[in-house]
Amino acid sequence: MAPTPVKLSVNGKSYEAKVEPRTTLADCLRHSLGLTGTHVGCEHGVCGACTVILDGAPVRSCLMFAVQAHGAEITTVEGLANGDELSPLQAAFRKHHALQCGFCTPGILTTMHVLLSEEPDADADRIREVLSGNICRCTGYIQIVEAILDARAAYKDDART
Amino acid sequence: MKASGFEYLRPSRVEEAVALLARYGSDAKAIAGGQSLVPMMAFRLATPRYLVDIGRIEGLNRILVEREVVRLGALVRWRDIERSAELPRAHPLLVEAIRHVAHYQIRNRGTVGGSLAHADPAAEMPGVAVSCEAEILVAGPSGQRTIAAPDFFLGPLMTALEPDELIVEVRLPAWREGRCWAFQEFARRRGDFALAGVALFYDLDASGRAANVHIGAIGVSDTPLRLREAEAQIEGQVVSEVVVRKVAQAASASVTPAEDIHAPSEYRRALLGVLTERALAQAAGLPLREGA
Amino acid sequence: MSVHKPYIGQGLERTEDLRLLTGRGTFVDDYEPAGVLHMAILRSSIAHGRLQGIDSAAALKMPGVHAILTAADIGGTVPTIPIRLAPIAGLEKYLQPVIAHSKVRYVGEPTALVLADSRALAEDALAKIDVTIDPLDPIADWKTAQADSALLFEENGTNVAARYSVGFGDVDDVFAKADYTRREFFRAHRHTALPMETRGLVAEWDDVAGRLIVTGATKVTFFNRRTLAAMLQMPESTIDLIEVDVGGGFGVRGEFYPEDFLIPFAARKLKRPVKWIEDRLEHLQAVNHSREIDCELEIACSRDGKILGLRGQVFGDMGAYTRTNSGVVPAKAAQFLHGPYRISAVKFDVSIVMTSKTPVGTYRSPGRFEANFFREQLIDMAARDLDIDPIEIRRRNLITESEMPYSIGKLVPYETETAYDTGNYPAGLGKCLEAFGWDDKKKLQGQKIDGRYHGLGIACFVESGGAGPRENVRMTIERDGHITVAIGSSVMGQGLETVFAQIAADALELAFDRFRVLHGSTTLLDEGFGTYHSRAVVMGGSAILDGAKNLQTAIAKTAALQFNCAAEEVRIEGANAIAPDGRRMSFAALASATGPITADGTFANNKRTYSYGAHAAHVSVDPRTGHVAVHDYVALEDIGRAINPASVHGQSYGAVVQGLGGVFLDHLIYDDNAQLLNASLADYLVPTASDFPNVRSVTMELCKSPSNPLGAKGAGEGGMVAVAAATANAVAAALAKFNVKITELPLNPPRIWRLIETARSTMTSSLSAEPMD
Repeated sequence: MAPTPVKLSVNGKSYEAKVEPRTTLADCLRHSLGLTGTHVGCEHGVCGACTVILDGAPVRSCLMFAVQAHGAEITTVEGLANGDELSPLQAAFRKHHALQCGFCTPGILTTMHVLLSEEPDADADRIREVLSGNICRCTGYIQIVEAILDARAAYKDDART
Repeated sequence: MKASGFEYLRPSRVEEAVALLARYGSDAKAIAGGQSLVPMMAFRLATPRYLVDIGRIEGLNRILVEREVVRLGALVRWRDIERSAELPRAHPLLVEAIRHVAHYQIRNRGTVGGSLAHADPAAEMPGVAVSCEAEILVAGPSGQRTIAAPDFFLGPLMTALEPDELIVEVRLPAWREGRCWAFQEFARRRGDFALAGVALFYDLDASGRAANVHIGAIGVSDTPLRLREAEAQIEGQVVSEVVVRKVAQAASASVTPAEDIHAPSEYRRALLGVLTERALAQAAGLPLREGA
Repeated sequence: MSVHKPYIGQGLERTEDLRLLTGRGTFVDDYEPAGVLHMAILRSSIAHGRLQGIDSAAALKMPGVHAILTAADIGGTVPTIPIRLAPIAGLEKYLQPVIAHSKVRYVGEPTALVLADSRALAEDALAKIDVTIDPLDPIADWKTAQADSALLFEENGTNVAARYSVGFGDVDDVFAKADYTRREFFRAHRHTALPMETRGLVAEWDDVAGRLIVTGATKVTFFNRRTLAAMLQMPESTIDLIEVDVGGGFGVRGEFYPEDFLIPFAARKLKRPVKWIEDRLEHLQAVNHSREIDCELEIACSRDGKILGLRGQVFGDMGAYTRTNSGVVPAKAAQFLHGPYRISAVKFDVSIVMTSKTPVGTYRSPGRFEANFFREQLIDMAARDLDIDPIEIRRRNLITESEMPYSIGKLVPYETETAYDTGNYPAGLGKCLEAFGWDDKKKLQGQKIDGRYHGLGIACFVESGGAGPRENVRMTIERDGHITVAIGSSVMGQGLETVFAQIAADALELAFDRFRVLHGSTTLLDEGFGTYHSRAVVMGGSAILDGAKNLQTAIAKTAALQFNCAAEEVRIEGANAIAPDGRRMSFAALASATGPITADGTFANNKRTYSYGAHAAHVSVDPRTGHVAVHDYVALEDIGRAINPASVHGQSYGAVVQGLGGVFLDHLIYDDNAQLLNASLADYLVPTASDFPNVRSVTMELCKSPSNPLGAKGAGEGGMVAVAAATANAVAAALAKFNVKITELPLNPPRIWRLIETARSTMTSSLSAEPMD
């Protein structure tokens, strides 16, 4: 079907893409907008690698067609860092060796950024509960949870200011 | 796993959506959250030529707690239910059941209407609808009609919805104070579809006996279903350990689950018994000797 | 002069994380050259049949379709994929053609290629291709295969690719005379690695230069280049295989698959760049499966629990074709039955049988995951029968340090005799038990608490690593003083860019951030050997030590010319070369003056390293649902030397959790028609964060390996080798009262439930004082 114009605001920047309606948001971000940080692991909404933040909520971008997201505000992993400086969450991941191959990592970062923003007191159980929507094959999740627990402090500071 | 091609339509009103569905019939599918539909399209198990996005229709995402009824608009998302300040009191069984649905990211998009229309036999929302005798409000070309939940679910992924109809709301009878209730399910991993699940409630009459008993099950049949034989075992009884075990046996005996790659029939049947026992003990505040 | 503080042994933050955390990694799907055509592959939906014809006329007319290729387009013989290692006589008769031509032999086998403007358009065309296959009887399991009524390769006359025996000692005599013997039948099930990134390749053909560049390669890039060159009849030097960021390998990614020929072939034929990104459905059908081993195993012991002999039959279900790692899986399943114990007589008969299912290859800890499960279960059964504590029986049989090196003879047909190099196996067991708190937890054995039965299990293991033959490195001082380390090892997430830099930095006593590691691509070196069998640090790391020495020689030579002195007179201090009269030139200055300074290094070794250790598990079982919870799990391994402990720990955790998936969740389910029933992540289940939170890892650096200058033993797979063993032992211990035998994997709820129900129904009520649940 004919390419449809889609306007998206991604990481604070406006984009316009022309995509077939059947193009997923994930494919649109990656191939139309060149933002390849969001990864595609299954295309059927199970693995979570494709998670982006859409209008403030983490969603599986492989389960949305780009046309559905027209007009939305999106944050991808590329929008989490502060220029060249890693965000506190990213820095915690690095400190705790919470990634190995890095393929699932963007989806976890976006998900956890929102979780900690809304629940800076989330405990290990809550973190694991939410993290269950992201599959990692390399780490066994142990060091990921440690990193997220460590990163909470930065979000609590934010909440206070 | 790319979907087959389609034309994308985004009506802004229910009437418009219905008209589109009527025009294109079985070539069209409505999409709301897409959490069930898009994977089917990725596998090309669903290949609509027209995708009617109802996700932005105003007024379909309200949660209304009224005297006789709790009303959930079709576009109410799982996260809306999670975050509702009223629902924990207005319908605790719904809130508890929904806690088991999928994962965080999916809960931000998945909708009540979508789950009902998809009608997976192991899904929680259809289970709650049947267990609680909900009514599903549906809009079609000739107006609105109400379908009682048990009449709505016809088989696995099959409902009474016509191709030109849209779910607009589901209505649950208002919850009663002092009600005994529980929801238990067993899945392979957190967030997976249940291998079996039980949603139950009963009220207590003046002498502390169970009345108005509702026991519903998911994952053990082609649709969610009420376990009438099991209900009969407690109706009018004081719920004791003996009663609990009788109910569980009746529940098990009353179903013949299909076999699939995840479990043989006998396992699901036994599992249903265990979950019924545990749920009922929990609802009655009884400590089961085996521990729950 | 400042003292160099060693980087080896520090859990340094990883260099690669900077790009991976910010979404600036380059995985193969992130790369798309201009003018690319997208490929979709038509795969057989029938497990076994004769390919009669492919009609693509209608598909060719579909929008955006440029070409549809089949075996006929290859012209001449369709190449077959060669064996890379572990050649076992007989297996070479079952090689896979790069595309089906006369027969199809498994669901998922490639039959046709569609090249189109987009993947979506290519998939639209797939649906329109008309393939005629005359079905033949499917061959869904090895028993059916062995009967040879339907043959996968008629010309071979049998589906049994190979049969051989290995062993030593007088097994018959030992078993005849032993106080105690026990024989059991064990089964490990088919599952796979499931890396989070599926496979992908981008092939670019330069028609003018006659050069091919293939991006997306990994693991054994030089071997793959050689193989591809032979298939395409091109000189190796005209093909480059480029390794970019890789989303996990675990043994299954990077071997030469049909697609490794098909995509480059299409690019050359159509003179357009071709991109293929595997989707998850394809992945589950096409990527190597593993672990499907049956084993009848018998143990002979003296009354006091000394293991006198071990014998058995190993049956490997290999799927439809021999893949590049040939018979590794069943061969290692037999070899590692011996384990870390002193056994004077062993004999294993191995049958390697072909079935009409996805071909089998190595997956992390190939054969070991299975063998350790079989043997450790049997040891626990013997312990119970002989009324000996399971820890004690192991203590009596573990090989001790004073017996090292300990020869286990030749237990693999394609290898020479081998010996365990160094190790203190009893110390490993002791440390594991201590970390786990076995003595405190012991009282939980078989106890029913809150409706759940608790059990503890232990398993000891030995694991080989550091496979030879060699690895190469090229080290270059760049004009700005940075040092590039180009190495033949491949990286799939193990943090080697950091680990290799640590090794190089210590070897040259320079700052860590001076180093940049490039890996895997064939453009970097003349020859490399790759990453598999936990060899990267042992082989690659040791090559770096050699390269560092050679680089210092090269620096001295270069400086000598600048200083006008003899090379032996040049001193190197930090990043400076110093002349006998005190003049200094920094490496940067030297390289700027003369051009980059390069030296090669290499390390050759045919001796394996042997890591070892023990795993301990605490589980509880809900008998009414069959659910198993893992309350605590300790994986202990002596790896000789840990270069980056945080990285090693991370891999150990990952291996354990992946292994627990292999016990409880992962399962490739086939029906009697050899149809794969669960080719999606909704139905192929892997661990999530809430499944196994209670995993602990202990790394020992007790016994160095004598066979490489780092003293390292391979690491990366030891975390997985004993997971089924320890966990199954714990489950069996938990259910001891029911006398259930845990002899088959997976241990999913319906199976556990069934075992208990069967046991219950054969138990009389007098056996149990408690009321039945």
